[in-house]
Formats: sequence, C-alpha cells, structure tokens
Amino acid sequence: MTDHTLPEWPGPPIGTETLPTAEIADRPLAGYHPTQYAPPPMAAPPAAPPRSGRPYRPSDDLPEIPRDLHRRTLDDKVSVIASAIGSLGLAWLIAERIMPVHGFAGFVPVWFVCYVAIYGAVTGVGNSLVVVKDRLASAVMHAGAATCGLILVGAIAFIAYRAWPALPHINFYTEDMSGVRPQDPLNHGGILHAVVGSLIEIGIAVIVTLPLGVGTAVYMTEVGGRFARVVRTVVEAMTALPSIVAGLFIYTVLIVYVHFPRSGFAAAMAISVMMLPIIARAADVVLRIVPNGLREAGLALGSTQWRVVWHVVLPTARPGLVTALILGVARGIGETSPVLLTSGAPSFMRVNPLPNTMNSMPLFIYFGARSGEPHYIDRAYGLAMVLLAVVLILFVIARRLARQRGGRS
Amino acid sequence: MAPVTEVPRRLRPRPSTTDRIFRGGSFSIGFLVLAITGSIGVFLGFQSIPTLRHYGLHFFVENQWQPEQDIIGISAVLLGTVCVAAVALAVAFPIAFTTALYISEYAPPRLRGFLVSMVDLMAAVPSIIWGLFGRDLLEDHFLVYVSHWIQQHAGWIPIFEVETDPNAAVFQQSRYVGSAFIAGIAVSFMVIPMACAVMRQVFSQAPLAEREAALALGATRWGMIRAVVLPFGRGGIIGGTMLSLGRALGETIAVVLIISPAFDLKIRILEIGTITVSSLIAGRFAEASAGQLSALLTAGFVLFLITLLVNTIAATIVNRSRSGAATDI
Repeated sequence: MTDHTLPEWPGPPIGTETLPTAEIADRPLAGYHPTQYAPPPMAAPPAAPPRSGRPYRPSDDLPEIPRDLHRRTLDDKVSVIASAIGSLGLAWLIAERIMPVHGFAGFVPVWFVCYVAIYGAVTGVGNSLVVVKDRLASAVMHAGAATCGLILVGAIAFIAYRAWPALPHINFYTEDMSGVRPQDPLNHGGILHAVVGSLIEIGIAVIVTLPLGVGTAVYMTEVGGRFARVVRTVVEAMTALPSIVAGLFIYTVLIVYVHFPRSGFAAAMAISVMMLPIIARAADVVLRIVPNGLREAGLALGSTQWRVVWHVVLPTARPGLVTALILGVARGIGETSPVLLTSGAPSFMRVNPLPNTMNSMPLFIYFGARSGEPHYIDRAYGLAMVLLAVVLILFVIARRLARQRGGRS
Repeated sequence: MAPVTEVPRRLRPRPSTTDRIFRGGSFSIGFLVLAITGSIGVFLGFQSIPTLRHYGLHFFVENQWQPEQDIIGISAVLLGTVCVAAVALAVAFPIAFTTALYISEYAPPRLRGFLVSMVDLMAAVPSIIWGLFGRDLLEDHFLVYVSHWIQQHAGWIPIFEVETDPNAAVFQQSRYVGSAFIAGIAVSFMVIPMACAVMRQVFSQAPLAEREAALALGATRWGMIRAVVLPFGRGGIIGGTMLSLGRALGETIAVVLIISPAFDLKIRILEIGTITVSSLIAGRFAEASAGQLSALLTAGFVLFLITLLVNTIAATIVNRSRSGAATDI
C-alpha cells in the first residue's frame, strides 16, 4: 500500500544538507524528524488505562472542554435580573411610602442603592467576599459611566428641546437683530450677525496664533537649548491663565490705557491671548512625537535643518497640528469671558472688526439668556444649538484628521 | 618618497545660511511669544502693587467689595471660589474616576474608541452651554429639591446649613437658588471630561504583563484593578483631579449665569448667594475706575497664581507617574 511507503524526501540526504539560518528558523523543527513520515495508524488504539496510579474513570475518555471564561453563567444572569426587579420594588416602597423623596430624579438614586445592597446580598449567598466585591465594583463603574453619559446626552437634548421654537424660522439664520423690538416674535430677527462676528474674531485669532504657536513649538522642539526650556516653562505656565483674566488684560491694556475702542479686533486679541499657550503647547506635544529617525535621515542625506523641518517634520506632524488647531478653535469659539469684556454687543451686522463693536455667538447667548424676554431666551437657545453644532462639526473633522495620523498624509 | 599621512577632512559643523536664518527666525518667534505671555504675568504683578500698597494685608482679610467707601477685599471672593471648586471636584471626581475605569477596564473593546471620543466631545462643549443646562434645567427642576433634601437630613453639618426653616409648610425655594452648590455642579460638568481623560490615559498605560499576571493568579477583575491599575495610575488620578481643580477655579460664565452675587464670608454652600474671583471680574469690570480696575487685576493675579500652583503640582505628578516611577508596589 502506498500509504505505508515513505514519501520521497525532496532534499539532500537528511543530516547532510546545509540551510541558511533564516530558512531553518522558518521551518518547523519536527519536519526533519524521520518519524514524521511514518505511516499513520490504521485505527485509533484501544483506550489504554491511565498510567497514573489513580483508578480509571469513564470521564477520562471524554474530550476535555475548556471552561468558557467569557460567557456569563446562569448565576450571573439570574442574580443581576432578580436584584434589579427586587430593588425596583424595594425602591418604590422606600421612595414613595417611607421616605419623602419624590419624582424620577429622587427615585433613581434610591433604586441604585437598593440594587447594590440586594445584588451584594444575593451574590454573597453562593460566592466568596472576593466575588461580591468584584460584582459591586462592576455595578458602581457602570453606574458612574451611565451618569456621565446621561449628563452629556441630557445637556444636548435639553438644548435641542429649548432651541426647537427658534430653529425652523428661515429668518433666524439670515437676519440680524437690527430694529427688532423685545416683544417681536421669532419670525423677526436672527443670529447672522453673531455667527459672522464669531467667525471674523476666531479667524483673526487663528491668523495670529497659528504662526506664533507653531513657530514657538518648532523653536522648542527643533532648536532647543536652555532658552527654549525657559520658553516652554512660561508657555506651560500661561495655559493656567483663566480666560477671564486674559480678557481683563486686553481690556486694561487696549481699551483703558490705549483708548482703543471696544471692537471685534480687541475681542480677537483677547481670544488670541487665551488660545496662544493652548495651541503652542498642543503643537509642542505633536512635534515631539515625530520620530527622531526621520530627522536624522533627512540630515544624513545632507539637507539643512530648515529643509528637514519644512519637508519632513511639519508634513509628518500635519494631521496632529490640524487637530490641535481645530480643538483650539472649538475652545476659542465657545469661550464667553474674553469677548464679554472686550467686544461690545451690537444688535446689527458688522463686518469690519477694527474700529467697531461686534457681536459673537457666546455673547449673544449670554445676553439673551439673561435678558428675561421669552423670545430673546428662545433665540439664545437656538443659537446655543447652532454653536453646539459648530463645535460638534469641528470636533468630528478633528477626529477624522487625527485618525489619519498613522497614514501617509 | 615621503610617506603620505592621512589628514582628516575638516568638518565644519557650522549651520548653513538658511539654517542660521531658520534658527534666528524661530528664536525670535519663541522670544516674541515668551515676551507676550510673560508680559501678561509681569503686567498683572505690577498692576497689583498699587492695590496692595493701598490696602495692605486688609486686601486679603476684608470680605466686602465696596469701592465707593474704599473698602475692598477678596476674602469672601476667595472663599466662594474655593467653595464652588470644592463642590465641583466632589461631584466630578467620583463620576470621572468611575467613567475612566469603565472605559479602560469594563467597556467592550469595540465601544472603547467611541466612548473616548464622547468624553473628548464633552470637553469641547462650551461652558455657556453647561451654564444654561445647569441654570434652566437642573436648578429649577432638580437641584433646588436636592438642596432642600440635604438640608433637611444633614442640616446640622455647618456647610449644609441654610438660614431658613427646612420643615416650613411652604417650601422657600428662593433660599436655595443661586448657591455655590448649584454653580459647583455646573462647573463639575466642565471638569469631568478633563479629569476623566487624564485618568483614562494613565489607566490604559498600566502594564499588560502585570495585568495578565494578576488575572492568571486568579484575581477577579476588581482584584486586578486594585492590585495593578490603581497603584500604577495613582499619579494620574491625583494629577487629573488637580488639573480639573485648576480649571474649576477659573471658570466664569457658568458661575455668572447661576449665582446671585453676595459678599458674605460663609461656607453654607446650599444657601443663596456667593461670589468667585472670575464672576467678580465679569460683574464689576464695566463700572470700574482705574483704582478698582487695579484691584480687579490683583484679584485676577491671585487667582492666576493659585491656578498656576495647582497646575504645576498636577503636571509634576502626572509626568512622574508616566515615567513609570510610580509602578513600584
């Protein structure tokens, strides 16, 4: 039978061949052993009695099944569901009949406390204290994360709900507030001036901070030296500057001392002062993670340091730099306190930032929300939704770019 | 024939002209930024000299802010700032800590990236939105009742005292609005994502080998977290919390929207009325004379110094934990 003959060995006689080490490493070692080519047994041999001293058990014949570590056991599932139902009843009893907590918001914490207590007790019946602690910790972690998610979703949903009256009006997006009286309904006036003002201010701030911030980061990472460490220390310290103090600084210097009028330009300066340390620091972090091998390869090819920075370092770090910039813009566009002190809040469209006051999105929301006029409050909420959407879009763009960081762009 | 000695080529490690221009240019940008940012600190410092000379140490112990009568002090303001920040931290820390642990240890791996983005998105939400959320939804429909409930059951603790009868027949809602407690909760929403992001990052850097070793020895997930993740991430927990404290101290708009200003030296956080440095500046800058402006700048400078101190300590702790020095158990 052909099955029982050795297949022809393709190579030189075993033991005499020489192989490059790399090839040896690739081959399985057992491939050289002659028994590998022995015929397979015709049938499985009868189950031999175990060699160890212990007596033979029928279960020895069964294949070994590894315990499933991932799936939940029946005990896990039942104790979770039963505790949830039981605690619901107990929480109702406590919250509605015994203790004077009322309403949904009071009920949920009571339910959670009951759930933890019952779940711990149920688990403790059949498990050790270690397992009880593990399960309770897991319950607490899930609850904490759920609270966090609830806050975010709740805030967005609340703003969307309150913004609903203002959003469907076309004029809300295409008009400014000039000539709109306080009692005028929502089909008069809009937010265009605030949006345009915000864009102009943030545009100036980007024009100022981007070269300065990235330039400083290049100086700190590429040139270095003792002075660069001083710059880094001061820049990192200035990220601690509260934004209202940045606004107060520009207010005092530009408006009080220099008698510069309150204007979009002054507001842009205040935003710049706030954004500059943030962008410089973020760009510094991004440039520092550019691999040194790339710089050295460029220098070893004979290029100057300037060309290495311009053609190697900055392109490599570009997605990260853009992400840093966009997150800085998202921060700057929503910050109210610097513009509150410096820009003034006209109710009509202004496009020239230099000598004139200029409204902006956060400022419009702030004054609208404090005005007490129902329609102004509605408009403020409408604009808050628009601002939230702008920040969300910027954020998604930043994410997309950050994800490309591993790629070639 | 004279032996030829090898003369090594002389290398001149002088930068080329373009490089000198590049270095000079980037140096001048760095110098400019240093000058701009440094001048803010120096300016604030100089501005506070006349104020401190005029009021002396009374500036720090006086609680009233009455420029008309030349009585100006920041003790109540500082206390209010600390109260708001303390409430914010007390609320933010448990939520941020559990969320960070959930994302790094409990969440399904497929969801993890999404959850990290959500936390970052939460950090990008402007503070005025949190202020509106806190003022118009939470304060009116939730936190006022929570304040009342806390006062009823823990009113004997000085910080939870409110100067009104908790069991009055008509619930005096107006005594519970605009408090440091409510402002602190709005601020906590802003600092939760900051603290959470720092903590999560440090937790996810806990060494895999030690995690697996703990699990292989039969530890439960919580046992593994306590034995490996938390000791490794201790620096991140402290540092992240302090970073968020720095942010909480300087928060303006959400606080201005919520509080009703009062210059009382009190720690009754549930009661109406408090003031923080940043809301003081936002409220008083417009009608300020030169002297008052200097006083406001001094208050801002003090706030900046406190924030700077907190941030520096936080950065030191976080950096030390990342270098792995805190891994020795």
